[in-house]
Amino acid sequence: MATLTYREAIRAALSEEIERDPNVVILGEEVAQFNGAYKVTEGMLEKYGPKRIVDTPISEAGFIGMGIGASMLGIRPVMELMFWSFYSVAFDQIVNNAANVRYMSGGQIACPIVIRGPANGGTNVGATHSHTPENILAHHPGLKVVVPSNAADAKALMKTAIRDNDPVMFLENTLLYGVPGEVPEGDVTLPFGRAAIAREGKDLTIVAYGRCVVHSLAAAEQMKTEKGLDIEVIDLRTIRPLDVNTVLKSVAKTHRVLIVEEQRPFCSVGSHLAAIIQEEAFDELDAPILRVGTIDAPAIYAPPVEKQFQLPNPERVVAGILKVMR
Amino acid sequence: MSKKPSAPAETGAAPAVTPSLPSPHAKAPANAALTAEQKIELYRKMVRIRRFEERCLPVYNAGKIGGFLHLYIGQEAVAVGACSLMGKDDHVITAYRDHGHAIAVGMDTKPLMAELYGKVTGCSKGKGGSMHYFAPDLNYWGGHGIVGGQIPLGTGLAYGVKYQGKKGAAMAFMGDGAVNQGAVHEAYNLAALWDLPVLFVIENNRYSMGTSQERSSAGELGKRAEAYDMKWYVCGGHDLYEVRATLDEALRRAREQHKPAVVEIDTYRYRGHSVADPDKTYRDRKEIEDYRNTKDPLQIFQNQLVFEKVLTDALIAEIDAAARAEADRAVEFAEASPFPTAEDIQKDVYWETDQAQRTSEGRIFFNNID
Repeated sequence: MATLTYREAIRAALSEEIERDPNVVILGEEVAQFNGAYKVTEGMLEKYGPKRIVDTPISEAGFIGMGIGASMLGIRPVMELMFWSFYSVAFDQIVNNAANVRYMSGGQIACPIVIRGPANGGTNVGATHSHTPENILAHHPGLKVVVPSNAADAKALMKTAIRDNDPVMFLENTLLYGVPGEVPEGDVTLPFGRAAIAREGKDLTIVAYGRCVVHSLAAAEQMKTEKGLDIEVIDLRTIRPLDVNTVLKSVAKTHRVLIVEEQRPFCSVGSHLAAIIQEEAFDELDAPILRVGTIDAPAIYAPPVEKQFQLPNPERVVAGILKVMR
Repeated sequence: MSKKPSAPAETGAAPAVTPSLPSPHAKAPANAALTAEQKIELYRKMVRIRRFEERCLPVYNAGKIGGFLHLYIGQEAVAVGACSLMGKDDHVITAYRDHGHAIAVGMDTKPLMAELYGKVTGCSKGKGGSMHYFAPDLNYWGGHGIVGGQIPLGTGLAYGVKYQGKKGAAMAFMGDGAVNQGAVHEAYNLAALWDLPVLFVIENNRYSMGTSQERSSAGELGKRAEAYDMKWYVCGGHDLYEVRATLDEALRRAREQHKPAVVEIDTYRYRGHSVADPDKTYRDRKEIEDYRNTKDPLQIFQNQLVFEKVLTDALIAEIDAAARAEADRAVEFAEASPFPTAEDIQKDVYWETDQAQRTSEGRIFFNNID
């Protein structure tokens, strides 16, 4: 085991895959000479040279589309969006070309591209830079959607993403980049669609992913201390494919569910998860499924208000737990 | 071969003169090198495209083809001329008016017709339809429905060719309506910035759906290349020799020097934007008739090859009869073929789920056929 930050873990995965496969190329705004807007690719230009680490102009529709086209020929581009929020200007390329080209060609074309970058609020950058589009991306069959919550998963899932022959949308988090974690050494991968039980418990199931796993674990600890509750926390790791079985198994044990997500409520990942649970485990439920998510408005700038009230945080998760346990 | 014209080309007006014989481009290196058999084959391909598409019409009107049907009739010399220049590492991508390019790269017309019928024997198994023909084995990457959306993909094909150290180029076709899409300009910039071997081929048929070039685009279309420091060409699309002469030079430059270019080709479609377009509001019948009478690409190349004594009346008749029979056989094949099954809906979505063993776990489809 080595202690790496989430950022370093992703960099390690990118570096190892660059060394393993000559078709892997990293492209994005400021990834090379500037060393990455969030320093994920720091030092990589120097180490791997300008053929493998490529600065793009600010031109998401152009360079994402270009990456998709190159991937049809077997190149494996790993494209950085400085923020996932900028996906909207490349949306046509992602949903019409990356997601559909295999289908529309009757399975003749594979599109092994990875699009990665941070997707989160909480950094007081306003509504244009705080989108969390995992639900919107996962709505499109053909795409896979990954949202790692910790360094070890980030590294293993990134390696899987790069080797995957389908287009993978990899959503990171600027507030996790500096968080250290124990990362197994060597060529470790994780299959998509395998959730982790981040904390075992019997009284309530929290389903979360990304940074909301961190909030949920903190809230669960507090509830153990204050109320003696044993809360199970499931980290989905990937949104599509989705590990439904692990969720249902936990529901059968705890009979109560709280979903924690950095999503606004309408048509969120949690909406669909709640639909699945009530369809497939209705009789197991002792209480309505509740969700703690982003308050339903564009992301507010005002720093303390965003952090305290609009986004999920341990306090809001605690309030959610108490409601479900009532 | 015309390069940057000294005066802006007139747009929208019908051509005044019948092109003279022989074609002034007959002696261009790309054409001088053609054997008689190759010339006949080029002519045959244009005829096959036209007869195939003419055969589509009654089938569409009989309700056997769903959705849209964008016919290429009138533009045949562009696709046939361009695709005839392809080497093994050259690639083609186009928009939704894609039947001509498909036949030009060598796709069999049976699966093309079956695709229009939505049959499982179609070239995309009935999953793409008219706008989404693909044949990656022939370096044909579609068939794309969103105007201009294929142009970054074509740029990516060129990026891939260059990355892999191959001596090839991509031809990314678009209509005149696509030049105002942002994605096209982003692709121009990337191609010029990075010296990517891509030709942006504008098939200027003068109308983006029902809106004429004058009503939709400022300035000359090809000239926009200058803003990106790219070479550009403009040529006629009615004389197959001219198309080949122009693109041959541009392709060589792309393959050998990794230089992109914009090639604007003046052409014309005889039919409406799609079959659903009654074609009564935005252009005169006379304009269509004038083009057909003076610049029809099949007639012009036929005249040229008769002049060269490559084609005879008997051979012309034989080629035409064979093309009609081929179109009939394509219809018979499509009629006799089954539709995809309900289970086929969820095949070909992910590479992974098409394999014997999945590589991931968990649920990847969120409902299934009952």
